Amino acid sequence: MCGLVPPLLGAVGFVALWQAAVLLRLADPVLLPSPAETARDTWAAFRTGTLGHDVARTVQRTVLSFLLATAIGVPLGVALGARERLYRAVEFVVDFFRSTPASALFPLFLVLFGTGEATKVAVAAFGAALVILFNAAYGVMNARRTRVLAAQVMGAGPFRVLTDVLVWEALPQILVGMRQGVSLALVIVVVAEMFIGSTDGIGQRVINAQMLFESGLMYGAIFVAGALGYALNLLFLLAEKRFVHWSGK
Amino acid sequence: MSGAIPPREAAVSVRGLSKAYRGQPVHAGLDLDLRRGDILSVFGPNGCGKSTLINMMAGLLPADAGSVLFDGRTVAEARIGYVFQNYREALMPWKRAADNIRYPLRLMGRPRAEVERRLEALVAAFQVRFDLDRYPYEMSGGQQQLVSVMRALAVEPEVLFLDEPFSALDYETTLSLRELLGRVLKENRVTAMLVSHDLEESIALSDRVLMLTRRPARIVDDVPVPLPWPRGAETLLSPEFVAIKRRCLDVFTASVRATPEAVS
Repeated sequence: MCGLVPPLLGAVGFVALWQAAVLLRLADPVLLPSPAETARDTWAAFRTGTLGHDVARTVQRTVLSFLLATAIGVPLGVALGARERLYRAVEFVVDFFRSTPASALFPLFLVLFGTGEATKVAVAAFGAALVILFNAAYGVMNARRTRVLAAQVMGAGPFRVLTDVLVWEALPQILVGMRQGVSLALVIVVVAEMFIGSTDGIGQRVINAQMLFESGLMYGAIFVAGALGYALNLLFLLAEKRFVHWSGK
Repeated sequence: MSGAIPPREAAVSVRGLSKAYRGQPVHAGLDLDLRRGDILSVFGPNGCGKSTLINMMAGLLPADAGSVLFDGRTVAEARIGYVFQNYREALMPWKRAADNIRYPLRLMGRPRAEVERRLEALVAAFQVRFDLDRYPYEMSGGQQQLVSVMRALAVEPEVLFLDEPFSALDYETTLSLRELLGRVLKENRVTAMLVSHDLEESIALSDRVLMLTRRPARIVDDVPVPLPWPRGAETLLSPEFVAIKRRCLDVFTASVRATPEAVS
């Protein structure tokens, strides 16, 4: 329980600073509503408005693109990592597109997938898949040589070495890649909701609230997006602790 | 020097084994035989290729030339066990200790009942009193290396290779593990080959010590160790042990001095 106190103090301090800024009139009240007003507007948007639905839609898109990215990135990354020379050959392409801002790809994906749901999910899945692939490949390539030799000397063939050693050796790195991938997928989904023909989603709510000068709701939606990103990150950190108990030991 | 063992008694025969690194020969036509049921240790100056030799024999490293035959078969056809120096990197930390020991048997597709029988036999032989249902990282170094040894012996190997098995452990643990391992290997007549940079260990755990020179490694002496088993700490103080150690040390210092070579 004691571990919860410092972060709570930090959060309280942040709200206090915000309140102080409002009281000192550091900004136009239309642009900077008080914490209480923001909370009230956000709560109202959940109760009578569509914010709950928006959160659900954003989560749905993020999870779908993340699942696609994992289904592509993990097997492909493991397979490429196991053939290091092959990975070196495609490494530049992977690195290049991993470094390309996914938002720059929106027009291309709009042409490929149209203006519907598919584009948002596809861009997010593409970005996340490259991050996951990269981490999975490096996890396999950095496998302890001794462990591979130990399996070989016990009679494991290439396939058993892959399934019994390399995949496990890469698992900590794969989960790191999945954590980064899900965060990236959320970022891309929220941006896509803002700018490519959406009628729902947190990104859409933020930009709508801004255009309608509903500042309280805008801040609220931003905080909800933040809470979502934080929760996803936390979920994967817990999964890493749970499923790769041997990591770092 | 090593051709004295009749073929039928040899568990492993090495002929003309050669290996070079970047044009520098490490082994140039090495011959040796390992008698069935014997523990052979290989001792020599640092960098003389002890580990290279054991790794080539175990099939972990390809040889440039020569042959290694296990009763006439290649290493791929033989059943071998190998204990690595670095137990931390050799065990699978995602498997419990018992599953690490079961792994090679499962790999061979042995039926479950047989796997369990073998595990119980190993636990009894090594008088294991700690919990094998824990993960390797929850164990002490000595316990982890004991698990490695049990895993290597699980398949009842024709030859057990040990590469500096105790060099990462403290002296107290080394002494007790060495005594335990020597007893189990002898009781089960396991053929083994040990590489160690510790002369005391090379003698205490073997029936025969091969003394190697600097690279390219030649066998300069083949020292029998006719000390009675089981061997404990008191063995190390016996006049016979001391005499063998003196002979080995003389050969060692002579061979180190005989080939003055720039320290690389």
